[in-house]
Amino acid sequence: MQDLLYFIQQLINGLTIGSTYALIAIGYTMVYGIIGMINFAHGEIYMIGAYTALIAITGLAALGIAWLPLVLIVALICAMIVSSSMGWAVERVAYRPVRGKHRLIPLISAIGMSIFLQNYVHLAQGSRNIGFPALIEGGFRFGAEDSFQTSITYMQITIFATTLVCMTILSLFISRSRIGRACRAVSQDLGMANLLGIDTNRIISATFVIGAALAAVAGLLLGMYYGSIDPLFGFIAGLKAFTAAVLGGIGSIPGAMLGGLILGVAESMTSGYLSGEYKDVVSFGLLILILLFKPTGLLGKPEVEKI
Amino acid sequence: MLVLEDVHTHYGKIEALHGVSVEVKKGEIVSLIGANGAGKTTLLMTVCGNPQATSGRVILQGRDITRDMTSNIMRSGIAIVPEGRRVFSGLTVEENLHMGGFFNTKSEIRKSQEHVYELFPRLKEREHQRAGTMSGGEQQMLAIGRALMSRPNMIILDEPSLGLAPLVIKQIFEIIGKLREEGITVFLVEQNAHQALNLADRGYVLETGRIRLHDTGKNLLANPDVQNAYLGG
Repeated sequence: MQDLLYFIQQLINGLTIGSTYALIAIGYTMVYGIIGMINFAHGEIYMIGAYTALIAITGLAALGIAWLPLVLIVALICAMIVSSSMGWAVERVAYRPVRGKHRLIPLISAIGMSIFLQNYVHLAQGSRNIGFPALIEGGFRFGAEDSFQTSITYMQITIFATTLVCMTILSLFISRSRIGRACRAVSQDLGMANLLGIDTNRIISATFVIGAALAAVAGLLLGMYYGSIDPLFGFIAGLKAFTAAVLGGIGSIPGAMLGGLILGVAESMTSGYLSGEYKDVVSFGLLILILLFKPTGLLGKPEVEKI
Repeated sequence: MLVLEDVHTHYGKIEALHGVSVEVKKGEIVSLIGANGAGKTTLLMTVCGNPQATSGRVILQGRDITRDMTSNIMRSGIAIVPEGRRVFSGLTVEENLHMGGFFNTKSEIRKSQEHVYELFPRLKEREHQRAGTMSGGEQQMLAIGRALMSRPNMIILDEPSLGLAPLVIKQIFEIIGKLREEGITVFLVEQNAHQALNLADRGYVLETGRIRLHDTGKNLLANPDVQNAYLGG
């Protein structure tokens, strides 16, 4: 019984963290699906989302506004607006001018953008980690008083629920809306979409904006969950989300969701049964294994060379 | 409707069109024939602005579009059925059609969709099927239907018969004839010279980036040079 409770606890922790990986991974996978590049600055967009949320929360506290739903919604909206603008600007400044050039050039540009944004936040906010107020406290406990208890915190429930809502909205948007349909069309044949009169640059911008907005949501959630942020906050999370995207099949949105959850669970199981120090070993080990044995990922389709 | 004046087009440093002049008048079917690599597709794509002409002028409905962006050109009453069909294989038939009418209102889309289904009843049967799972002929019908969705004044078709069964080719050419009856101007590129010239009011013969011959469809069919080179003697 105790063992089972312990296992369930790891599962809950894993799904919580995994769902946020999935949120970030969608940004990687959508951009890759449309223009075939890895946006390595995406982790920084997420980090900036977390910082913006923290600034908004601090600002509201200074104004004496403490009503939790209002604080969270304002922080969320601010984070999404700032991150989306950043995502849009990064594409305009660093990727669009080099689009269509050799594959390595946008990649290097992306890494440069990532380093730039990290250092910009270092300068603007300082290098030390800053405490992020745990706005949502408490939770449920299961199991006997005197032995191991499984707990689900309200924070974890918030993370689940928010992620679920975001994924549902995104899925509906992609499958039903006019712009979502255009996103799918552009990712299949950009040139043809252009021949139908569609301004493909706008669709590309839209994917950057959507990915960044989801990363900002993850930034707020994980900031609260971990309780502190620093300018390197986005680096590891970005790598993990990238791993999740590759695991699920880069270019596939359901793949990114699945990959994120699997990665999160794998990590928390490692921490729970082996040691927390091995969790990164396991995630990046998974990345290597998937690249060796199923490079298209779990839900990805084999890439067909377009003629 | 469409005029090309002394158009030169380059791919990188290689010149693919060496000063081509073509005119397509309103309501006509004009066929462009030529061997592989003659520059037929390049000519059509130059009209669409991708690549743009390096010199010369492209005039569509009285407006100089030589330097316009592809997305703007394709929104000004012209539509293309490209080589290889290029339907969005992961999208359903209906979604593909809606992409064709992207800039129209919902009621316009509904009307055009019904019209396309009248022309191609097969597409209605397959409305919710993914385009990639259909046969080549059905995909070609979809590509034509998608082009019609924007209610164009002029339609450009690049090798619509390529890789299709004779029966399907016959159907496609019948539809092209119907388009003229509806008042749509047609600019057709074909390797299938016989049928293309038969249907056409006028035709052009393109050879290695230059217009070699220009005449009515009938005269070209009777021309011994054309017969030797393109109609299998």
